[in-house]
Amino acid sequence: MPSRIARRLTEAASRIILGKEHAVRLALACILARGHLLIEDIPGVGKTTLAHVLARLLGLQFQRIQFTSDMLPADIIGVSIFDQRDASFRFHPGPVFAQLLLADEINRATPKAQSALLEAMEERQISAEGQTWRLPEPFFVIATQNPADQIGTFPLPESQLDRFLMRISLGYPDRAAERALLAGEDRRELVARLPAELQAGELDSLFEATRHIHAGPRLLDYVQALLEHSREGTGFALGLSPRAGLGLLAAARAWALLGGRDHVLPEDVQAVLPAVAGHRLRATGDAPQGPDALVRRLVEAVPLP
Amino acid sequence: MPSLRRDQVGWLLAGAALTLAPHAGHLPPAISALCALLLVWRGLIAQRGSRLPPRTLLVVLAAGVVGSVLLEFHHFFGKEPGIALLAGLLSLKLLETDSLRDARAAVLLSLFMQLGQFLYQQDMAIAALALLGTLASIGTLLALQGRAEAVAPRALAALRLLLLALPLMLVLFLLFPRVQGPLWGLPADAYSAVSGLSDNMAPGDIARVSESAEIAFRAAFEGDPPPPAERYWRGPVLTRFDGRTWRPGPSRRHGQPFYRSSGPAYPYTLTLEPHNQHWLLALDFPGPAAGLAYGDDFRLLSREPVRSRLRLELVAHPATPVGLDENPRTLQEALKLPPGFNPRTRALGEQLRAAAGRADDIPALAIRHFRDSRLAYTLTPAPLGRDDVDSFLFDTRQGFCEHFAAAFVVTMRAAGVPARVVTGYQGGEINPVDGTLVVRQSDAHAWAEVWLATKGWLRVDPTAASAPRRIDGGLAAALPGSARLPLLARSDLPWLRALRDRMDAVNNRWNQWVLGYNPARQRELVASLGFGDTGWQSLIALMAGGCAVVMGGLTLWALRRVSTTDAIDRSWLRVCRRLAAAGHPRQAWEGPSNYASRLAREAPEAAAGLAPIAADYARLRYGPAPADAALLKRFHHSSRKFRPR
Repeated sequence: MPSRIARRLTEAASRIILGKEHAVRLALACILARGHLLIEDIPGVGKTTLAHVLARLLGLQFQRIQFTSDMLPADIIGVSIFDQRDASFRFHPGPVFAQLLLADEINRATPKAQSALLEAMEERQISAEGQTWRLPEPFFVIATQNPADQIGTFPLPESQLDRFLMRISLGYPDRAAERALLAGEDRRELVARLPAELQAGELDSLFEATRHIHAGPRLLDYVQALLEHSREGTGFALGLSPRAGLGLLAAARAWALLGGRDHVLPEDVQAVLPAVAGHRLRATGDAPQGPDALVRRLVEAVPLP
Repeated sequence: MPSLRRDQVGWLLAGAALTLAPHAGHLPPAISALCALLLVWRGLIAQRGSRLPPRTLLVVLAAGVVGSVLLEFHHFFGKEPGIALLAGLLSLKLLETDSLRDARAAVLLSLFMQLGQFLYQQDMAIAALALLGTLASIGTLLALQGRAEAVAPRALAALRLLLLALPLMLVLFLLFPRVQGPLWGLPADAYSAVSGLSDNMAPGDIARVSESAEIAFRAAFEGDPPPPAERYWRGPVLTRFDGRTWRPGPSRRHGQPFYRSSGPAYPYTLTLEPHNQHWLLALDFPGPAAGLAYGDDFRLLSREPVRSRLRLELVAHPATPVGLDENPRTLQEALKLPPGFNPRTRALGEQLRAAAGRADDIPALAIRHFRDSRLAYTLTPAPLGRDDVDSFLFDTRQGFCEHFAAAFVVTMRAAGVPARVVTGYQGGEINPVDGTLVVRQSDAHAWAEVWLATKGWLRVDPTAASAPRRIDGGLAAALPGSARLPLLARSDLPWLRALRDRMDAVNNRWNQWVLGYNPARQRELVASLGFGDTGWQSLIALMAGGCAVVMGGLTLWALRRVSTTDAIDRSWLRVCRRLAAAGHPRQAWEGPSNYASRLAREAPEAAAGLAPIAADYARLRYGPAPADAALLKRFHHSSRKFRPR
């Protein structure tokens, strides 16, 4: 049952985001694994649309913040304002109080504003004016980053990248998808008309199902071997953290669920590995290479029986 | 350019320091100090995270190193300047090392420098130091490869790697074709000064040799060794005397003993330390031995100077009568005295001849005279005048064995008895640990030989007349106090002696089995392995075979450790093997369903029937346990049947 729901979700999203089935699946898997998602791509390839679609399909309350360099933490988490009637301060929650938060162009904001958001992502709660407010449940952040335009930006440091379960990019659509996009309706309207696919409680049951996907000892062996190689193998300056390992397993479970299986295969791990590990690994200086090549090297270095 | 981590620099520096420290003994002090300074500097840079010095400064420093080597040696050729130059450059290299490539180059240089230590010395301590340096170098390589880790586990990992290399090292050591001669001595060094006897003797020479506790040779007797008073090891025999210095007379060589050996025989193994001379220090009088020459003066001679440790199987016959038919010219030579020297001693000789009725009695009379003169035996005699024998016998009355021997021979010649000085070693100590007799430079001795018509050449030791304990108990027992004696030759520190004995025994083993592993021993070993007498070609083949066996064994062991395949894996691997044989190998990292779907795309014909097998395998391997028995059966069955088309 849960896998059928999951397939329905993928299909519905792919009807709007054309030709990006793999990226859409990864984004869904990220959410099913209860992780935050970082989309790194040039403007105009559908980052925001993807976030919108996911929010609509999953029936999540949606907020969007456009990050700018003059942004303050209060612009994100909210501000206390003096209420003359009560003669006291009242906290006005900021846009972060949403179930799915789209943090657009997160690298435009100063580290101070970034860290306010990242703290919320980690703690799933906000502390302001000596009080703590819990964020809605579930709480997801989909952040976008523009790699092409690096002037006046503050790229996220490794420690903060680690808080995102996955980093994906969408890329240009292929010829057929582009044609369909040009010929078809306005995406904005499509999204607006998109009905929620999930009934109340179905998302929770999906989370539950994802958690219960079987990961046998042999698969754990494989995940451990990958982690160990990323730490001890040659060419890796920065290995995968235990948090990355947990995230990798959770994402692989979600991927297996989306694939309609009740157990995780090494292929599931390999499928999510570029998205989960790409922003966490760093090559030693002798062999400067892109994250994809590095992940491929990691995969190819760990044999399967 | 990425910089090295601090732990990597630490390992590099530790390796370089451990490599250079043993060289400090023979490097010029200026170079040693410079190296230490550069290493400390690099350490400070790493600790503070500051920048490496600019290239121009390094060039100036390098010029300084080259200059100081040039200043010290005046040239760049040979071992000493070469090593000094390399030591300086290694330290400098670290100052520009901030990338993996440079670091590896520095490690290689360190390894070479560790080898360089053996150019100077090859004893066990040096081997241990070199091993320590190698360990550090391997640790450095590990640090360069991997992530930061504590020192202890990394050193353990390096040790494990070294241990793994041990079998290969043994094969190479035992089977690499050996060449005759010292493995490490460079030609120029084989002639450099080695302490020991020389082929002439002036007053004070033997005393100088005696100050060294270095081992001259070892002798392992098969049975009981001869009593201490019989342990005279013959070196140069000195006949010609010019008033001050004694030199050997003319001597012919014989291919075999020219005397008839008789009396008790003492078979023994002599292990001679290199002394760059022809003579061998054999116990009087050697029986037949292959490949050696016999001098007229009863010396045992080798055809080549002894430039590396030499091992000989010999037999001694101390009671053999010799020289009954001595060449008249030799006797003539043994009577000559330089005119105008030592008038008082000559007078004493003539007086003795007059007093003795027969020539045979003269030596005994002279010994009695010596004893009555109360001559003192000392390592540090008072300086002697021009007529040194006269001043020793009549004025200062103190001397070392060479004074006694020279005075006695001059007296004999003055009395008309042919006599000559024999130098060599006397005594030696039995090492209680392994029972070998160890003879040191401090056992160097000089005695006299007289010729009597009825008895031939007879050994007379005038030193025994004044210091009998020298002959029975060694130098330490004979000298009053042990002021200038080498520490290790002193007998009043029992624990030190016990320690020395143990060290000697271990060193002897090392010499015999490691350094003394020469072509002959290699042939013996190969023959004992059942390969018969072999040339170097077959040795190389044997070595290659040995290496292959060792490497194969290690590989198998390593493979066994990783292969934990069970029946399910075996069935799957069989399917993969069949597909590989058909030209569609699975990548090592490729999972079953990826493999099946890739082959379905690339080679649908060959992969027909693979998809269900791969799916079953994935389910069995990664699905929830316990596996469905029917599924298991189906998988084994279909995988057995599977044949790629």
